[in-house]
Amino acid sequence: MPTITFIEPDGTQREVAAREGQSVMQVAVENAVRGIEADCAGSCSCATCHGYVDSDWFEKLLPAERMEQEMLEFAIDTTSLSRLTCQLRVTADMDGLVVRLPQSQA
Amino acid sequence: MLNQIVIVGASHAGVSVAFKLRDLGYTGRIVLLGDESGVPYHRPHLSKQYLLHGLDKDALMQRPATLFEQHAIGYRDDARVEQVDLQKRQICLHDGCTLNYDALVLATGAKLKPLPAVLGVQKATNVYGLRTLADAQRLQTALCPGSHLCVVGAGYIGLEVAAVARQRGLNVTVIEHSAQILSRVACSQTAQRIRELHQTQGVRILEGSGLQQVRMVDDQVTQVLLSDGQILQIDALLVGIGVEPRVELAQQAGLQIDRGICVDAFTRTSDPHVWAIGDCASVLLKTGRQRLESIQNAVDMAAVAADTLLGGTQTYNPIPWFWSDQYESKLQTVGLNHGYTHVVERDSGSDSWSVWYFKDQQLLSVDALNDPRAFMLGKRWLTAAKSPDIQQLSDSSILLTAVALLPNQ
Repeated sequence: MPTITFIEPDGTQREVAAREGQSVMQVAVENAVRGIEADCAGSCSCATCHGYVDSDWFEKLLPAERMEQEMLEFAIDTTSLSRLTCQLRVTADMDGLVVRLPQSQA
Repeated sequence: MLNQIVIVGASHAGVSVAFKLRDLGYTGRIVLLGDESGVPYHRPHLSKQYLLHGLDKDALMQRPATLFEQHAIGYRDDARVEQVDLQKRQICLHDGCTLNYDALVLATGAKLKPLPAVLGVQKATNVYGLRTLADAQRLQTALCPGSHLCVVGAGYIGLEVAAVARQRGLNVTVIEHSAQILSRVACSQTAQRIRELHQTQGVRILEGSGLQQVRMVDDQVTQVLLSDGQILQIDALLVGIGVEPRVELAQQAGLQIDRGICVDAFTRTSDPHVWAIGDCASVLLKTGRQRLESIQNAVDMAAVAADTLLGGTQTYNPIPWFWSDQYESKLQTVGLNHGYTHVVERDSGSDSWSVWYFKDQQLLSVDALNDPRAFMLGKRWLTAAKSPDIQQLSDSSILLTAVALLPNQ
């Protein structure tokens, strides 16, 4: 089972077990990781599951499709490493993925 | 200091307020009572992915059961509250148990409007509604490829189910008694886009058409007679004509009711120890008192309630937003279009499109079809109380980000 490390807004590191096929957002919600809201429960409709992917990992992920890209363009505090975690599907080779969560999702 | 907060209703608003209270540091008891069986689940998925291709348990649940325990949220399913006693500050459950509360949160949601009794379909076994997981499981059994589904009501639920059923190979007819689909919420331009989406997939949409009569064989509806005289042979009927807020407990208890359980800006009811949030509550907006039936409303009201339950002074000032998935398209709306005087359409090429509702120069609302930029910018501008320059907005060759903004008067 791949392990994902979330860095919560206050800096706390949470290493959690992920299941292949679920979204990174689901992993966070199931483990009560702070800093994720996920209001639309993974429908790519709210941009409140936003996270910063560690730079070592960003290029390894399947790139964002148009809807996610456009949601991200105007989400809060985004950087070039931003992704909507509901659009990241966990695979076995994501073991060790690190995602930092923003100060605010609103 | 509150020792016991009781929450009646464990869908989005109820679950949200429970976890928010813990987030804010509340350490007293929380009892969360849901009248459905099992772990609280995501309602929006029911008319979309769940019906289309099923969903595993984990994807359907709002949170795993263990999380409720870990956060000391005393969740009870199959718990029906029969009565609220405001004087004793006590509720009574269907099994006779009573629970005292220091603060009570009503998150009782809404229930489906049934077809008029005069149609006589109360005992029909092929008439369906869609509100709960049990409804969705039942509706699944009717989604047989090649069969004919008649959807009554062309609001969001009716249209989402029509899309799913069509994708699953059913023949679908949508009947809408008003002159236009989505008449409650959208302008004719949005209705036209959505109508086309369905028609190009082979769904029949009959507007200005109501159910006059049905014919039944044994306990099945086999034919419907429409107000324009058409007769349809059907295999199943989905009723999507809207909901009523569940205010019975509040009403019996003596709380103020008007289009829902009345709340103030702090989400408090007419009783100082009772809050109401989500689909059951009516809020006072600039345009009057109304309910907002959405995830956004449930979650944001829950956040205000959690704050004010613990002595805070946050107020609920919503910029309502909503989404609907039909076929491969996503409709996103933000704001409220009541009282609009005109609209501006923007065609961003391919299948992206948006319509912007104005009252004179002031932006009220946006409908965005496959156009998240329009949705997100509309949300940002509405939140900042700014309005885009109408001339520039009307010119699709000008990027949204380049459109001049004016503060609202």
